Amino acid sequence: MKRNWNGFVWAGFAVVLLGAFSFLFLVRFPATRDFPWVNLLLFGTGLVLLAAGLRRAFLQSDRYRGKVSGPVLSLLSLTILGLFCYGIFVLAADIPSASGAPRPGSPAPDFTLSDAAGKPVALSGLLKKNRAVLLIFYRGYW
Amino acid sequence: MRSFEKRLNDFHARGVEVAAISVDSNQDSGQLCASQGYTFPFLSDPKAEVIRRYGVLHPRGGEDGHDIARPAEFLVDATGTIRWENLTENIRVRARPEGVLKAIDDLLAR
Repeated sequence: MKRNWNGFVWAGFAVVLLGAFSFLFLVRFPATRDFPWVNLLLFGTGLVLLAAGLRRAFLQSDRYRGKVSGPVLSLLSLTILGLFCYGIFVLAADIPSASGAPRPGSPAPDFTLSDAAGKPVALSGLLKKNRAVLLIFYRGYW
Repeated sequence: MRSFEKRLNDFHARGVEVAAISVDSNQDSGQLCASQGYTFPFLSDPKAEVIRRYGVLHPRGGEDGHDIARPAEFLVDATGTIRWENLTENIRVRARPEGVLKAIDDLLAR
């Protein structure tokens, strides 16, 4: 008897891939960037599907395929999840502490830097025209 | 940045200007602003001098090992005093405009 294609295994792997690559889009929104809950939910769903596929492949091996693809794709999925978590929770937190930063209540160092048009902009100048200035330091576009 | 641009009117309504600072060149900042539609000033600190003075340097944190800024936000009032700051421990987690607006409303009496 021809054994059936084990769709759970492949669907699970596809959902895991979606879980990883959707972060490239979800990173645009603070609600899904600060904690990547959508991605983790997708990873979880994918792993459940893979587990169901594996179960079928081994317990009903007379009816379903997947004894090779199941373990291979499961291992690949766990590796992807591991790398994702490493990047998100370890690498992204691997920044020097800002212990040398001036604390609230202390004077903000004045500076003059040029804007995108090359025009000089001084903090003191901005403060003359506004009640306050929010300085956002960012890593850069590179 | 995108979220701050979206709420820029709320900052301006409170008399607060927003300025972004990085080691990027004027040209790179110009391209970024043009492609993303940012209208607040993007300031270039290519040698990371101001970044260093604000204590937010990430040595060799950039591509090719050059020094860049770690993400951080400072609110400076008209007297030049820092009134609020956010020094994240994860480059992914940054201040949200609604949180900063709340800090502005709490700290800066009208």
